[in-house]
Amino acid sequence: MKLLETLLNGLSSGSTYAMIALGYTMVYGIAKMLNFAHGDVIMVGGYTLYVSAVMMGIHPLLALLLAIICCAVLGVTIEKLAYKPLRGASPLAVLITAIGMSYLLQSVAQMIFGSADRMVRLFDLGRITVGSMQISTYTIITLACSAVIMAGLSLFVKYTRIGRAMIAVSEDKDAAQLMGINVNFIITITFAIGSALAAFAGFFMVLKSPPVNSTLGAMPGIKAFTAAVIGGIGSIPGAMLGGILMGIVESFAQTNPVIAPFTVAIEFSILIVILLVRPSGILGKKRREKV
Amino acid sequence: MSKLKNIKWKQYIVYLVLVAVACYFGVFGLQQNLNRSTTILLEKAAVAMILAVSLNLVVGFLGELSLGHAGFMCVGAYLGAKTALALTAAMGPGNELLVLVICLLVGGVAAAACGVIIGLPALRLRGDYLAIVTLAFGEIVRSLFENLPDEMFGGSLGQQSVRYDRYQLFIIGFVLVILTLAVLQNLIRSKHGRAVTSIRDSEIAARACGINVTKYKLLVFTVSAFFAGIAGVLFSFTQNKVQPTTFDYNYSIEILVMVVLGGMGSLNGSLIAAVLITYLNEELQIVLTGDLAVLRGLLYALVMILLIIYRNAPALKGFREKWNMKRFIDRMRKHDPAKIHDDEAKWDRVPTKIMVDEVLSVDIQTSSPYTPDKRKKEED
Repeated sequence: MKLLETLLNGLSSGSTYAMIALGYTMVYGIAKMLNFAHGDVIMVGGYTLYVSAVMMGIHPLLALLLAIICCAVLGVTIEKLAYKPLRGASPLAVLITAIGMSYLLQSVAQMIFGSADRMVRLFDLGRITVGSMQISTYTIITLACSAVIMAGLSLFVKYTRIGRAMIAVSEDKDAAQLMGINVNFIITITFAIGSALAAFAGFFMVLKSPPVNSTLGAMPGIKAFTAAVIGGIGSIPGAMLGGILMGIVESFAQTNPVIAPFTVAIEFSILIVILLVRPSGILGKKRREKV
Repeated sequence: MSKLKNIKWKQYIVYLVLVAVACYFGVFGLQQNLNRSTTILLEKAAVAMILAVSLNLVVGFLGELSLGHAGFMCVGAYLGAKTALALTAAMGPGNELLVLVICLLVGGVAAAACGVIIGLPALRLRGDYLAIVTLAFGEIVRSLFENLPDEMFGGSLGQQSVRYDRYQLFIIGFVLVILTLAVLQNLIRSKHGRAVTSIRDSEIAARACGINVTKYKLLVFTVSAFFAGIAGVLFSFTQNKVQPTTFDYNYSIEILVMVVLGGMGSLNGSLIAAVLITYLNEELQIVLTGDLAVLRGLLYALVMILLIIYRNAPALKGFREKWNMKRFIDRMRKHDPAKIHDDEAKWDRVPTKIMVDEVLSVDIQTSSPYTPDKRKKEED
């Protein structure tokens, strides 16, 4: 029973990671860049929830909608201001700009809200007792929501026009452009979707633990990023797999008192081991380099 | 010949400046009338200079992004502090300098060993993947030192270390900066350095030319880690206690800011930026207290983003070529850019990217007598 409980906790935190990792992986697949600022979009989502739900007293679900819109707009703005001018420049330059952007968002948030934690209590979630097991409602909500979102995303990418255009752009940008796909629009849409997913992740994180501060998204961002790389960056099922793997490893490591302090080290060691065995991640496609 | 002399002078001016600074403050230091904040600033500047220069080797010359430089420094700092404690206990007082040298070697070698370990996966990965692996490495190292049993490295409270005499340490620091600079400059100017820069410009082309990419990547990682370890040991001697929170992700970013600000691929630039940022950190800490302390991070982030966009944006290429210092200086000297000098390969500047587009875009005119006529060929 204890095992099952740990597994469920792992699945729920893993699906939060998967949600963030999806943002990383979609942006990487289409814009071929690592969006380091993605983790901080989560933090912006958290603060939006704080402002709308706690300060203004809007209903939490409406606040979530507002957070999604805010994050999507923010993601698109970042792309237009910081990444678009560098399209075609060296990957190193784009990477450093993304790091700078992450730093900038954190600083701005800290300037506006200060360094103290802000409490965001949205719902009063209880626990459900099943047999001898106690499961928090948060776990179930997160699992259900993320299952729906991931399924929706997979269907969207597979069956809609825009989704298929996304696949085309990620395969070959120039050829897609020749086929009449508006690459700029697709990149914008990708950033918007990725950031909206980050808002969802922020919502789940706030449900789990109410305090919000300017580094809320930093560590989960890096972990989800690691998860995306483990699963094979650029691959949507890979991000889900990596995220859930990450969550399960984390929850099992935390239940063992001996190795609990080393959770972070274990998680990152998995990354190094997997990249040693499969340099492009578990489900990543191997790309041959051409001159 | 006169040109050669000119170049040599330019090459060594940075050493002269460093020696001059060390001597100027060293005289006051030996007389022990230097105030506390100045010595701390000088020590911090020395540590930052070594870190920035060694990171520049990876970022600027190898062209790979390393986000775990603070991790290597952390290894050096902890092992240096531990060795210093043991050696001081064993050898008693009076041998401080010897202890320092042994610690530097121990810390440097330990960090270099970590560099090999992290360099091995680096051989198989490139670009973005490498950045995340180095980031992961930094976090692993920090969390290991923080969470190992308290008897080993002091846990989250930090490891006790030996504070070196503050009137002398910065002189040793500057000597180390000069040594680091000498090693790195000679490495870059050597055959091996050329190989490293060629990997940066095009890995495939370098491989096609018979350069052992694996070997050079490992070499660069190891050398860079070695000097980061040395900086860590130096840092441990400036503190009474080495704390794990010092070496977090943000510290790696701060070193990266120094490298970017000074110019990727310019060692002298890194030195200047390292001193500038250390100085600004100290000054702004006094001016910006409380909530205003955030402004510092904001400033760094903005500078980094704007600088990178300005230097790299393809749309600004024309603007950059029109308004840059070199062109301005050339105009002052009435230098004609159209005239090609036979001595173009200056040793003070490692050749940067060969502009393939420019080489290939020779205008071929069909009317030119030098181009073979296509129609004629078809008739044959």
